[in-house]
Amino acid sequence: MTAVLGGRPEGVSTLHFAMDEADGIDTRQRLVVIGNGMAGARVVEEVLERGGGDQFAITVFGEEPHGNYNRIMLSHVLAGEEHEDDIVLNSHDWYADNGVVLRAGVRVVRIDTHAKVVHAADGTTAPYDQLVIATGSRSFVPPMTGLYQAEEQLIPGVFGFRTIDDTRAMLAAAAEHDKAVVVGGGLLGLEAARALQGHGLAVEVVHAGTHLMNQQLGAEAGAILAKSVEALGIVVHLATRTTEVIGPDRVRGVVLADGRAIDADMLVLAAGIRPVTEVALMSGIEVERGVVVDDQLRTDDPDVYAVGECAQHRGELYGLVAPVWEQARVLADLLTGTDPDAEYHGSRTATKLKVAGVDVATMGISRPERDSDEFLVISEPKRGVHLSVVVRDDKLIGATLLGDTRKVAYLTQAFDRGTPLPEERIKLLVDLSDGAAEVGVAELPHDSQVCNCNGVTKGAICEAVAGGCGSVGAVMDKTRAGKGCGSCKGLVKQVVEWAADGDVVEDPAASWYVPGIPMAKPELMAAIRERGLLSPSAVFAALAPGGAEDAKSKMGLTSLLRMIWGKDAVQENDAKFINDRVHGNIQRDGTFSVVPQIKGGVTTPAQLRKIADVAEKYEVPMVKITGGQRIDLLGVRKEDLPAMWNDLGMPSGYAYGKSFRTVKTCVGSDFCRFGLGDSTQLGIDLETRFQGIESPAKMKMAVVGCPRNCAEAYVKDVGVVAVGNGKWEVYVGGAAGASIRKGDLLATVDSPEAVMELSGRFMQYYRENANWLERTYDFVPRIGLEKIKAVLLEDSEGICAELDANMQQSIDAYTDPWGQDGKAPATPGQFRTALPLVELPLVPVR
Amino acid sequence: MSVTQSEAAAGGPGLFGTQEVSAGTPHVVGRVEEVPPGEGRAFVVDGVQVAVFRLRDGSLHATQAACPHAGGPLADGQTDLDVLVCPLHLYTFRWTDGTSPGGAASLRVYPVHEESGQLVVTV
Ligand code: SRM
Ligand SMILES: Cc1cc2nc3c(=O)[nH]c(=O)nc-3n(C[C@H](O)[C@H](O)[C@H](O)COP(=O)(O)OP(=O)(O)OC[C@H]3O[C@@H](n4cnc5c(N)ncnc54)[C@H](O)[C@@H]3O)c2cc1C
Ligand code: SF4
Ligand code: FES
Repeated sequence: MTAVLGGRPEGVSTLHFAMDEADGIDTRQRLVVIGNGMAGARVVEEVLERGGGDQFAITVFGEEPHGNYNRIMLSHVLAGEEHEDDIVLNSHDWYADNGVVLRAGVRVVRIDTHAKVVHAADGTTAPYDQLVIATGSRSFVPPMTGLYQAEEQLIPGVFGFRTIDDTRAMLAAAAEHDKAVVVGGGLLGLEAARALQGHGLAVEVVHAGTHLMNQQLGAEAGAILAKSVEALGIVVHLATRTTEVIGPDRVRGVVLADGRAIDADMLVLAAGIRPVTEVALMSGIEVERGVVVDDQLRTDDPDVYAVGECAQHRGELYGLVAPVWEQARVLADLLTGTDPDAEYHGSRTATKLKVAGVDVATMGISRPERDSDEFLVISEPKRGVHLSVVVRDDKLIGATLLGDTRKVAYLTQAFDRGTPLPEERIKLLVDLSDGAAEVGVAELPHDSQVCNCNGVTKGAICEAVAGGCGSVGAVMDKTRAGKGCGSCKGLVKQVVEWAADGDVVEDPAASWYVPGIPMAKPELMAAIRERGLLSPSAVFAALAPGGAEDAKSKMGLTSLLRMIWGKDAVQENDAKFINDRVHGNIQRDGTFSVVPQIKGGVTTPAQLRKIADVAEKYEVPMVKITGGQRIDLLGVRKEDLPAMWNDLGMPSGYAYGKSFRTVKTCVGSDFCRFGLGDSTQLGIDLETRFQGIESPAKMKMAVVGCPRNCAEAYVKDVGVVAVGNGKWEVYVGGAAGASIRKGDLLATVDSPEAVMELSGRFMQYYRENANWLERTYDFVPRIGLEKIKAVLLEDSEGICAELDANMQQSIDAYTDPWGQDGKAPATPGQFRTALPLVELPLVPVR
Repeated sequence: MSVTQSEAAAGGPGLFGTQEVSAGTPHVVGRVEEVPPGEGRAFVVDGVQVAVFRLRDGSLHATQAACPHAGGPLADGQTDLDVLVCPLHLYTFRWTDGTSPGGAASLRVYPVHEESGQLVVTV
């Protein structure tokens, strides 16, 4: 993969007019930045923000071909939680739009400080008036034998973890291999280990220190972290090193200092970083461990500055992004003359991170250093929690929070400001009783950093609010706060609420059912009923601003209209998502999946035989037993769908829709020695009754024959549990997907018929009141169980009969879409391929 | 096998690639009724894959057939008068110039018009 991140498609070019182009004179000073990473790009942003675009013609050299991206988020990309496109901070277009010349993919080799010219590896030069070095760091390659193949070439299978290209290479390798060794048990190593493990690799971490994250954590906290990490299934080797790579053609394993060998196909080096200083060295600029700078971030050459991880300030090197933001601000103040006396005095490193899923916050020292230092520790190894503070002369000089970072805002303030500490020191770590000691956001200093990833202070958030951002979302868009790792979102919200004095508008659109029509669901439903609007286009024409249709609202409207009007709703295929147009789930290559209905997970030899025949006839690339107790035929060409359905002769299992899906069942009283009720039959009956019903989001059910819960009924949208004596418990709002929630017990009823009635009533209440795409696990807590009970069990609103009738109307409107569209297409070309020149499928064939 | 961004976006003769834009030749690809209102259909024009859309106001648009993000089948996307939404990851693209408000690479758009019931795409 060679795509340029934040790049522009080939052939697109932007005309760039320099100032005074007409006269051919650009009177601006020339500012050149070496390094297009987080520091370099931030300096440019800060300069532009101060009006520097009029003062400087800016050129940025970046060795990487990409735009500037959020390096912090690479662990998320590696984990597959984030798409690489979504971590771009400044795309190539951004530079063009701001009149900044980006020389992406061009390495600078030397600076001629006398002639004030920068020399690049491609032979080009760039003259400067002011120069900024922001070359960052690279992965440290620890010495071990067998690491190199030929001249300086690492053998295949060895990876650093610094750039998007490193990350892509690891992702590609992870797909092919199954064992990885990560060298280094610090932040980076643990993130890499966790991410690779998520891709199914067996991962072992080799760490030279005696405990994990020894840079930030004391030994006890490190030990607890090791437990949490090992609980994830990652093997940790402490106090040893890798001395040898077993090769020779590619990585096959490593040997540890104690002689043990570990098999591995991938070796990830995360054993620290080293500042990139070659350019400065070659150019005669003073370098010790990093490029030496003074409090104005100046090197020993007055027109050359250095910022970020390559810079050494007062003997310190930094390896986190927060100091980068502070340095960039100071430097921009100086360069633009906004504050000619601006100075950087170093950063007190307080960090808040999420490491391998565990929250970690550290500041200052982690252990007492003098006899008089007070040291308070709360350790709960079982919960993976370790909290400690170090107090000297009544001032907080260090804190470590592992596994529970609720007190971080308060402690950071005490640490930064030296504010007085409570007499009862324990209040530093836990809220005793009423939590009155909690320091609110009100007392957070203006310049305290709220979002570390993007360097956003409380002050910046307040400014955004003062500048008219009226909602949390608007503030996040404007400042980027909360858009990094996301761990500060709660705090951002609190600050916004405080700054707006409680006058925060919910994003107006947040209450709308779909983005294109400014109405909440009850209002929208009333309007649709009143005006008799039967189709999505009629709804847009009557209710959308200017009558404009909106692509992202169509699917939600289609679902709503089907619920309101049943059979009478007018179908418009363009208002359906592709899955609903062709009744199958679209795959990554444009093929589809076919999941026939198998009620309650119960099938027959004849059905299985038919599925087998069809799978062979249509060369289905993969046949898979799903987590929903049925069979998925994956990778089917769109044009084959109708014929396949016809050959199968089975109804659709609706595995593609926002609709009622499956009812999982267990073998229940018919076969199981513990069964207390006929869960299998009840499951089949439920699936027969509610098949295909549209809903705001998926509705999944399960019925189990006893509380052993083999079919996972406690974690379903509606779950039913036989408890003996003919009684059944009905749970609602359970989930075990992206969220995990045990369902709430709605009622215990005494017959299968009562289960059918109550489930249907609940689902109808949900269908009528839930927001689009709101699953029951959000809906139930939002409405509140007590309210739901009152409405559905005591008929407190007098709507039970209506709910039952409305559900019945939808049930009556059911037709099997495969039987229907299979015979005559709903629209011309409904099943025509959308990528005609491509041999499908491209998904793997098993 | 997966479709990389470079192949789709660079416009080179990759797997789902389109060819270099030249002055362009008009081609009849089918009849207007083949594209239902609000939907898109894919066609091959002179060896190039294009997706042709007929919006609900009757206007016609043509774009490259594979999404520049990850090769998604754009003819299966949803439309309104302003944008096209790719079915795979829901990036949107403006009809006016093919740019993506969500930050995906831009989409190539081709001139298309109707001539006595026929769809004519210039590639
Ligand atoms: C096929 C299957 C995996 C399997 O191989 O077993 C599957 C496959 C997909 N799941 Fe699932 N889920 C499958 C069982 C589950 C289950 C288990 C279950 O149903 O008991 C869950 C957890 C329960 C739940 O729904 O919460 C599950 C939670 C999800 C989620 C997370 C939903 C949530 O809000 O937490 C998504 C994403 C979404 O809905 O946005 C998802 C989305 C998907 C999609 C539809 C992704 C997509 O949009 O393309 C996958 C479609 C593959 C395809 O083309 O067929 N799938 N998925 C399972 C089909 C079950 C069936 O027979 O219908
Ligand atoms: C996987 C990962 C996770 C991280 N997580 C966190 C975190 O959670 N929290 C945190 O605070 N920090 C984290 N960091 C650290 C953070 O990313 C760095 O502190 C930050 O990127 C430093 O910025 P920089 O500009 O100094 O260096 P970089 O971002 O590395 O930028 C330097 C750039 O200069 C370029 N360059 C170098 N030499 C030349 C040359 N001669 N010519 C042209 N260009 C050149 C390089 O190619 C590079 O693009 C993480 C880092 C990684 C790798
Ligand atoms: S839930 Fe109960 S009845 Fe069902 S299989 Fe498990 S033990 Fe048997
Ligand atoms: S392929 Fe089109 S949005 Fe991802």
